[in-house]
Amino acid sequence: MNVPQEPNSFRTGPDERGHFGIYGGRFVAETLMPLILDLERAYNAAKNDPAFKAEMDGYLKNYVGRPSPLYFAERLTAHFGGAKIYLKREDLNHTGAHKVNNVLGQILLARRMGKPRVIAETGAGMHGVATATMCAKFGLECVVHMGAVDIARQQPNVLRMKALGAEVRPVMSGSRTLKDAMNEALRDWVTNVHNTFYCIGTVAGPHPYPAMVRDFQCVIGNETRVQLQEAEGRLPDSLVACIGGGSNAMGLFHPFLDDRSVEIYGVEAAGHGLDKLHAASIAGGRPGVLHGNRTYLLMDEDGQIQEAHSISAGLDYPGIGPEHAWLNDMGRVTFLSATDREALAAFQLLSRLEGIIPALEPAHALARVAELAPQRPKDHLMVVNLSGRGDKDLASVAEHLGGQL
Amino acid sequence: MTTRIDQRFAALRRERRAALVTFITAGDPDSETSLAIAKALPAAGADVIELGMPFTDPMADGPAVQAAGVRALKAGQTMRKTLAMVRDFRKGDAATPIVLMGYYNPIYIYGVEKFLVDAKAAGVDGLIVVDLPPEEDEELCLPALKAGLNFIRLATPTTDDKRLPAVLANTSGFVYYVSITGITGAAAADPAKVKDAVARIKRHTELPVAVGFGVRNAEQARAIAEGADGVVVGSALVEAVRQSLDEPGKATAATVKAVTDLVAQLAAGVRAARK
Repeated sequence: MNVPQEPNSFRTGPDERGHFGIYGGRFVAETLMPLILDLERAYNAAKNDPAFKAEMDGYLKNYVGRPSPLYFAERLTAHFGGAKIYLKREDLNHTGAHKVNNVLGQILLARRMGKPRVIAETGAGMHGVATATMCAKFGLECVVHMGAVDIARQQPNVLRMKALGAEVRPVMSGSRTLKDAMNEALRDWVTNVHNTFYCIGTVAGPHPYPAMVRDFQCVIGNETRVQLQEAEGRLPDSLVACIGGGSNAMGLFHPFLDDRSVEIYGVEAAGHGLDKLHAASIAGGRPGVLHGNRTYLLMDEDGQIQEAHSISAGLDYPGIGPEHAWLNDMGRVTFLSATDREALAAFQLLSRLEGIIPALEPAHALARVAELAPQRPKDHLMVVNLSGRGDKDLASVAEHLGGQL
Repeated sequence: MTTRIDQRFAALRRERRAALVTFITAGDPDSETSLAIAKALPAAGADVIELGMPFTDPMADGPAVQAAGVRALKAGQTMRKTLAMVRDFRKGDAATPIVLMGYYNPIYIYGVEKFLVDAKAAGVDGLIVVDLPPEEDEELCLPALKAGLNFIRLATPTTDDKRLPAVLANTSGFVYYVSITGITGAAAADPAKVKDAVARIKRHTELPVAVGFGVRNAEQARAIAEGADGVVVGSALVEAVRQSLDEPGKATAATVKAVTDLVAQLAAGVRAARK
């Protein structure tokens, strides 16, 4: 196998056809192709329009509540006895997760494009809630496709979406989780092309989504750089984030990709274990084509997509964003994984030590911090993306712990 | 390069009638019954056979074709078995064109080069791969053309005049006009609008234009056939398969006949069209 040559910069992708190395691309039905090209044109215009940036910055500050704090987790640091751990508090954003950063950008774009109807897919429901929120704020019709399995395990978010005026459509096909919700959203889009904007929740899908969602999420890493400079006068030594599709991770990582001294770790969901049912597509998958892009996918030898499993609905997806796939092959990001059990332990640990109830998704990142931090010296600065809050997970955590919270 | 598809459309042009293009999913409800259905299609009036390659995530398909794929995969259908099915079909029929239709991932994982060699050797004439727009032609379209297979592209109501030349550039065999913006098996399109759309495409190409999505009975087939070179029927046929199954979902003595009866009606509809 050819080893790809290391580029001068890891931040220049994708190429004009949406490729990160062999990953990415635009693998969609012809009906959608003109829409994707329209979106690309609209996004490029917006990106270069100072008015768009000003509008976005205003809402990020006054509506989302940014910048989110970069918090020194003193007791967690003492507990592990190694690296100095900072938490990037995306859980404190309005709607409770990093998802809103991207949704704000896409909804402002939908407005510019004159689309009155917005659709989204959601797994844990955080992207669905963020989309429902922004649609309520701007008076747009909102339909969220959500797997029936996820609806059952993320009831609080389903209720939030309904309260916000969104229609939540249960997806009954396939594994009835995030993958199938995305299929259903694509079917909705292909049927309602004339008036509908598809707000994808992660750094995946056909070009330009992976790049556009990344750009909207880069506010996380950009703020972190400034905040850590203020607190410590220097760059971090390592970054850790959980990865399903990988938008919170990409948002933190991307601004640091060319700072070669910064170690970067993405944590996938190992479910019941990598030799059993899991959702770790880098660890257990190989390159294939699904949902508009080429990337690492969990599949059988005949190219049929396998059902992922994770305790976390937000990580329960058999693929990963194409740029992550490329960063893995280039060796710039190290991909690790954490099991359901490890995530549950980390969930409890952070709640008890810091008074912060994390979502099950970032609990996966924290589970690997439990190993990474003790191995590092005390002056090692480790930033962990606390991508969302855990209120939504309390019922399912209690159930998994046998009622022993 | 003249393929069975080119020959078939040329012959039908001389007969002054449209082609009936029938879609079934390979391996639905099991590989044996599926082969029996395919073998019976030409005599029932099918002019071209589209054979669906089942995929777990058929993003452009409605419930009927999704369910057919699930049945086939549950019965153990694989790409190898689908190609073997074409080989078996060809033993008894050297003339009816076969088009494999599906999504890219199973082909990509089989290996593009190996797939093209094996498909050609099996007697496949053309490919329709839903998630490969012209922007991704280097993946499969260009290698397929080089291998002597037709690459049949979908044109849709969103494919405007500016984009149409790009869509048609590497298309061969025929153009598949998707008459609605939507998934397979959705509501039927207005025949008058379809006629206009076909005329628009024909201003850009000499290729035959077949029209699909939403055609389910003889009357609709007739109406569409008046304005097109071919009528594609899929969801209605796999739905006929489903309705013929027993309680646990196994084929019955009625399964093949359920499909061929409907094909015969559709064929009569196509033949009744005024050209």
